Amino acid sequence: MIDSIDRAIVKATQDGLPLVERPYHAVAEMVGIAPDEVMARMERLLEAGIIRRIGLVPNHYALGYRFNGMTVWDVADSDIAEAGRLVGGLDFVSHCYHRPRHLPDWPYSLFAMIHARERADADALVERIAAVLGPLSRGNLVLFSSRILKKTGLRL
Amino acid sequence: MDDIDRRIINTFQGGFPIVERPFAAAARILGLDEADLIARVKALSEAGTISRFGPMWHAEKMGGGLTLTAMKVPEDRFDEVAAIVNSFPEVAHNYAREHALNMWFVVATERPGRIREVLDEIEARTGLAVHDMPKIEEFFVGLRFEA
Repeated sequence: MIDSIDRAIVKATQDGLPLVERPYHAVAEMVGIAPDEVMARMERLLEAGIIRRIGLVPNHYALGYRFNGMTVWDVADSDIAEAGRLVGGLDFVSHCYHRPRHLPDWPYSLFAMIHARERADADALVERIAAVLGPLSRGNLVLFSSRILKKTGLRL
Repeated sequence: MDDIDRRIINTFQGGFPIVERPFAAAARILGLDEADLIARVKALSEAGTISRFGPMWHAEKMGGGLTLTAMKVPEDRFDEVAAIVNSFPEVAHNYAREHALNMWFVVATERPGRIREVLDEIEARTGLAVHDMPKIEEFFVGLRFEA
């Protein structure tokens, strides 16, 4: 959990860090605290995993990754921890989650995002996940994104 | 985008320093100078090659709510429904996907209880069911993309 000063830092940085020589000083000015305190708090938030990382987020479409697939797998609840460990450990999977199924329309419980520049490469990645899961998967789908409708990130 | 831009993208998808002049420290790693790095990051942002620069916050660890949801939207209402969904500031990402469930969006809220309210409001305003798929467990987050 975070306090009101941390929350003010979140608000000051949710559009990103100011692109200036002393960005943490600029944040300190917005929040109304000392620059050293901003930096100390951000170090602490990073260590606690409340900040996942600090850096840039590439627009993967702009880098040529046109095939962004949400692969979804029907895995028995008793197998999900093992399946998640296997798929989450693959170096080309960007996110891997266990989510609830919505029967009867949606039996899939393991989600893994993949990204490729060519369709054939994406298909090969799906095959690699299928190979790793073997009989743990009772069925799967790949949903490619056809359009980004909105991408603003977190807002408080 | 040139080779230096590619090195910037490949090097700083994390690990950006927390020091008084972080661009100067980062620039040293890349063999650039501070002003050049700032100018390049600005240009990459303006060109849309990078969509964000700064801290990536973990919504749940901040005590907030976060979920992924899916809707089955009739094709002839797709744009209208997208406009309604996107009008909520709590909707962080929204993607069209090729499936009967053709609209997938992430809702992030300051209070966990607000998630249900947003989904209820979207259902009321669109007349469509919103399938809530909050994560039960996270196995991995954080691939680096190569430029």
